[in-house]
Amino acid sequence: MATAANSPTESRYRLDQVDADADLMVLNFGPQHPSTHGVFRIKLILDGEIVIRAIPYAGYLHRGVEKLLEKLTYAQGVPIVDKNDYVSPMSNEQALVMAFEKLLKVEVPRRARYLRLIFSELQRIASHLLWLGTFALDMGGALGGGSTVFMYCFRDREGILDLFEAVTGGRFHYNTHTIGGNRHDIPLGWDKRVLAYLDMLEPRIAECESMTTNNSIFVARTQGIGLIDKDLAQGLGLSGPLLRASGVDHDLRRDAPYHAYDEVPVRVMVEQAGDCQARALVRVREMRESIRLVREALAGLPEGGINSGKIIKMPQQFKAQSGQVYAAIETPRGELGTFVIAGGGDKGTAPYRLKIRAPSLHALSALPWILPGHTISDVVVVLGSLDPIMGEVDR
Amino acid sequence: MDLIQHGFLRGIAYGLLIITVVMTATAWGMWLERKIAAQMQNRMGPMFVGFHGLLQPVADMLKLLQKEDILPAGADDWLFNLAPILTALFAIATAAVVPWSAQIVASDLDVGLLWVLALGGIMVVPVWMAGWASNNKFALIGGMRAVAQSVSYGVPLVLTSMVAVVFTGTMSLSGIVQFQMAHGWLIYWPPGPGIIAFLLFYMALLAESNRIPFDIPEAESELVAGISTEYTGMKFGMFYVAEYVHTMVGSAIAALIFLGGWDGPFHWLPGLHWMVAKTVILFVSVYWVRWTLLRFRSDQLMRLCWLYLVPMSLALLVFAAVWVTYFAA
Repeated sequence: MATAANSPTESRYRLDQVDADADLMVLNFGPQHPSTHGVFRIKLILDGEIVIRAIPYAGYLHRGVEKLLEKLTYAQGVPIVDKNDYVSPMSNEQALVMAFEKLLKVEVPRRARYLRLIFSELQRIASHLLWLGTFALDMGGALGGGSTVFMYCFRDREGILDLFEAVTGGRFHYNTHTIGGNRHDIPLGWDKRVLAYLDMLEPRIAECESMTTNNSIFVARTQGIGLIDKDLAQGLGLSGPLLRASGVDHDLRRDAPYHAYDEVPVRVMVEQAGDCQARALVRVREMRESIRLVREALAGLPEGGINSGKIIKMPQQFKAQSGQVYAAIETPRGELGTFVIAGGGDKGTAPYRLKIRAPSLHALSALPWILPGHTISDVVVVLGSLDPIMGEVDR
Repeated sequence: MDLIQHGFLRGIAYGLLIITVVMTATAWGMWLERKIAAQMQNRMGPMFVGFHGLLQPVADMLKLLQKEDILPAGADDWLFNLAPILTALFAIATAAVVPWSAQIVASDLDVGLLWVLALGGIMVVPVWMAGWASNNKFALIGGMRAVAQSVSYGVPLVLTSMVAVVFTGTMSLSGIVQFQMAHGWLIYWPPGPGIIAFLLFYMALLAESNRIPFDIPEAESELVAGISTEYTGMKFGMFYVAEYVHTMVGSAIAALIFLGGWDGPFHWLPGLHWMVAKTVILFVSVYWVRWTLLRFRSDQLMRLCWLYLVPMSLALLVFAAVWVTYFAA
């Protein structure tokens, strides 16, 4: 049974070792469980500690965001999506306004595009830091080494929240992107604060690495665990670090440049192994790459206005032509797409239908394929390595 | 008759004294651990109850006493209620034979080391009782893991202690210390095996007292809280206290049989100071490891034990026997 899996019920790993006459146990892993990263439930069919089958259930955090966005005007939608992927609100806003800009054919000034790049990369660092902390927490426990890494990562993430607060006034709900540009320009001296922060962050990432990716217990826990091969990754529509950890060289920032990524090129981090360790390595390297990108973008930050102005002044009057667009960006978790169908005429003030393509949902769909054959201890590691954010999965 | 009564009263008095001292030491051991962990993590730790949170253990105890006592549906009430009591009892009973200096010892058994190891080994029974009686799948899995781990790591723990017994020729804890005062601490004499035996003992100790990287039975990120998932209030508190007492007594035993107990570089300071200092250093080092490392997976833990620790301790035991027979005389 060591061949490739054709269905979620068929495991690729070690299932041949399972006793055919075993009494199986059903374990409901979540929705109230410390390591499900929110409210998420996996029904595990166990033989002892070995998972035979895993059935994920999402939807505990459904808030009807898509429906809500269809009831609001285009400009009113932005603060709503902050809470979708609550670990990287900036990316949510950007994915939404980019779709609206495409639909309403609004140009974004060059300075605003640079600022969006800087925000998006800082947000990527913050998101990956939070991921590293919670991943270590999954592996080391709340009363142990895991929580030490967690505290270090959260302390450093605070720095980014402070930077965003200085620009937008909010630590979490920024509402800083508008259709056609940004709402807030950076305050005086902000770029120096960013550079000082990045200088401080680099050695601290190395410190966290020494406790995680360079630690032999971490390697023993992640190597060869939760293998997703190239075909499976592409077949499930995985994106972002998950796809790149499986050896697929794909990154929207390079392959379909938006913001200012055509002027500040990205080096894409790819790993071949496809296991939890590869996913961890990709994310840690992406943090370093993001630091480089922010430095370059700050150095080349052009002068000028930060929005085209029209929509901020008259959000109610602005109407779209009927049509449909899809815009996608590379968030810390992968391809976050927004698909909008606009009704024309009187119905042009709000989207007729809006669909958000959330990368975390696709990531969770890999669980039935990769969990069987692993132990309960590996379930939390695999789940953590997928970095799912339930707010984005359920919307 | 007179003598028996005298011995009986003395036993009660010593018992109360041990419980008081051990519980007090444990409570502030917890405070110490929280402070150390906080310092490692850029936090302050307990700060508000008393000076730098010194009264936090008291507040915690009061909080636990006030909590509702919940018996889960379908639980086996006798086993469920008995398990925390037995766990705390066995843990505290090990403290009875620990000599804190040449004079300060409640009960200087001829087989003190055996008593400690036996009680440590029997701890697995109440832990399994708790796991089974809770009627909870997480507790059940935690209990199964705990049994597997305790039984496995009991082997290197006993074997490495036997190295000390073979060298010193006695199972009395004060006898072991007196031998070391005469011949040098076992950690450096004879050269080599002592330090390895100490390190193996230390690792087995971490596993026996369920500390990271070996805290698989609790594994709160996997098993919610393992065996103590369904326990509330003071019953949970007893498991908690037992864990700390276990660690503290384990540290004391390690100090006694490998680090020379109350022996120190100079003797004008009473032996108690050296013994307490060594115990506290080992106790703190357990938490240093705990708040630094991640956790192993249970099968990796078993592999580590049976493929490395057990053969190495066996080899050490053989070496000790050969040394004592041919060289030490």
